Amino acid sequence: MSKTEKAPTPASERASGDKPFLSVRDLRVHFPTDDGLVRSVDGLTFDLEKGRTLGIVGESGSGKSVTSLSIMGLHRTGTKRGAPRISGEVWLDGEELVGADPDRVRRLRGQKMAMVFQDPLTAMHPYYTVGAQIIEGYRAHHPGVGKKDARKRAVEMLDRVGIPQPDKRVDAYPHEFSGGMRQRAMIAMALVNDPSLLIADEPTTALDVTVQAQILDLIRDLQREFGSAVIIITHDLGVVAELADDILVMYGGKSVERGPAATLFEAPEHPYTWGLLGSMPRLDRELQDRLVPVKGTPPSLINVPSGCAFHPRCPYAELTGDRSTTEVPVLTEAAPKHHAACHLPIAERHRIFAEEIAPRL
Amino acid sequence: MTDSQTVTVPEPAPASDREPLLRVTGLTKHFPITKGLLRRQSGAVRAVDGIDFTVNAGETLGVVGESGCGKSTMGRLVTRLAEPTGGTVEFEGRDITHLGVGAMRPLRRDIQMIFQDPYSSLNPRHTVGTIVGAPFRLQKVQTEHGTKRAVQDLLELCGLSPEHYNRYPHEFSGGQRQRIGIARALALKPKMIVADEPVSALDVSIQAQVVNLLDDLQQELGLTYLIIAHDLSVVRHVSDRVAVMYLGKIVEIADRDSLYRAPMHPYTKALMSAVPVPDPRRKERRERILLTGDVPSPINPPSGCRFRTRCWKAQDVCASEEPPLVAAVAGHQVACHFPENQQSPENQQSPENQQSPENQQSPESRQSPENPAV
Repeated sequence: MSKTEKAPTPASERASGDKPFLSVRDLRVHFPTDDGLVRSVDGLTFDLEKGRTLGIVGESGSGKSVTSLSIMGLHRTGTKRGAPRISGEVWLDGEELVGADPDRVRRLRGQKMAMVFQDPLTAMHPYYTVGAQIIEGYRAHHPGVGKKDARKRAVEMLDRVGIPQPDKRVDAYPHEFSGGMRQRAMIAMALVNDPSLLIADEPTTALDVTVQAQILDLIRDLQREFGSAVIIITHDLGVVAELADDILVMYGGKSVERGPAATLFEAPEHPYTWGLLGSMPRLDRELQDRLVPVKGTPPSLINVPSGCAFHPRCPYAELTGDRSTTEVPVLTEAAPKHHAACHLPIAERHRIFAEEIAPRL
Repeated sequence: MTDSQTVTVPEPAPASDREPLLRVTGLTKHFPITKGLLRRQSGAVRAVDGIDFTVNAGETLGVVGESGCGKSTMGRLVTRLAEPTGGTVEFEGRDITHLGVGAMRPLRRDIQMIFQDPYSSLNPRHTVGTIVGAPFRLQKVQTEHGTKRAVQDLLELCGLSPEHYNRYPHEFSGGQRQRIGIARALALKPKMIVADEPVSALDVSIQAQVVNLLDDLQQELGLTYLIIAHDLSVVRHVSDRVAVMYLGKIVEIADRDSLYRAPMHPYTKALMSAVPVPDPRRKERRERILLTGDVPSPINPPSGCRFRTRCWKAQDVCASEEPPLVAAVAGHQVACHFPENQQSPENQQSPENQQSPENQQSPESRQSPENPAV
């Protein structure tokens, strides 16, 4: 029931022809809890074309994982306990998913869109072999395919993601794989049906740096090969810099900045992005005496601060008077294709960045 | 292979006039693997397999390595939370390797630990006051104005408010909980703090707050840190010296600047080149060293050099002979038959750094203005 509460307004104004491959419009995911309404995602809009990689960055609780789950239609539905209220639209290849029949979404899931989860040990079933789990996904979407062919396909996929001796390893259980191999197997599982959209939710967070580098390379190669659209969700700005073409920075359930990777790292527009960049020690820079942390803590999504959600932590909030506490800033274009949601006038932002932030980064 | 533990290792040259606060020699921890009804030992996980290092008073030694390299076990051995299989741990010149629980207790005042997970390291049923006051109670320490006052002072020192005294851990965010853990560790004015992944469970913007707090506390209280972490950039930021561990061994230990500017062990070099850097333009420029495969099992570590199975420079000698950890340059010890960057580190600062293919992987870190051996 709650799934059909979609806003009817912006749907009519688009013809299906020139629509981007994935288009998320004003997505809102709210969880009713005993403590109040948790606004995990509150009005998120972005587009993604095939062959491109979008990096979604944010701290824990910024709504990045909830976004990916709602694109995949993996939230509980109806009146079940814990079911969120979802509104807005998710268009995948001309098809709207938020209001769609759950059976239809299920058919698309695994076939057209697939997901790689953070922790492959919990995401895989410990009772079944890795091969069986890949085969299951393949046969579910290819009903005519026999077990033998499906197995061949599973071996092929394991080989493609770089698992040695795939014909033997296909019969291994998840616990017999190392962390990096498990993540490779999960990528194989996600790609077995050639999905055109791959969502990777913190795919390397549980891995060591050397293995992380291998997995990031693998994702990049596979994307080049299959030409799919990839969303990579992470808290690590380094990881998105490695992979993403475009970057979306989330804070308090909203997107505060969005732009091409190159300009976002070179000329970030939002004070929160400045804070993130300033607070991480970097190997590619001279050693600083002190890090510059963002003061305070990430907001509670039940009591999101009024106006700009970042204002209690923003060192420049006073420069815009009352507006930061009363008015929610909207994403506006600050440079070509580069949007930021900040009340500071663009010229002022550029001045602050050039004078105060850039020398410290 | 165990005889390699007895190899005497020359001390790092700088700061050697000071008596080290902590001296670890040939430290070993093997976890037995038992089989069958009689639980006969059939093998052992060589978690820590003969390591030597010293930590001087007032300095920070960072320990990096991938998961399973034994860095956390090493931390637990040094704090005597685990019983070493072999080797010695000396604290202030006193051998504490096999002290019993009772004999260890007075020493616990001097050696404290900060844990990784601020969620599981605080008892959810106790108030902050009880948690931070526990060291006073357990050690029967009387403070001038009573325990409550002392706890409130500690909370303030760690950036919390004294009013938090009666609250429970669940009322705090991850960063605040880590501060509670730090306050508890500081309660008895320890000389040394072993911090096992102190910031890895925290968000980026909060990490910086805790790193700065640790920094301030060191300056204010003259603490000595042993910081265990997997994040190379965090370790670079906090450490004076850095040790790199691989499969239960220290493969390289050096001054921070020397190690990051000119890593000598191929593993260190590969680790550094694998760290993703938030600069999209840089990914085209640099050549990354991609290690293939995974870390071998510590039950059956490779013969000779343990890194040889993933090393691109490995030759026959690497399989037959274990490289000892020796000083290649003053203050820079490395365990490798064919170390990289053999020239003295001063040569590495030249601007041609980027052109030379040999140095392309090394991070573009330049000499920091401050003295590394503070």
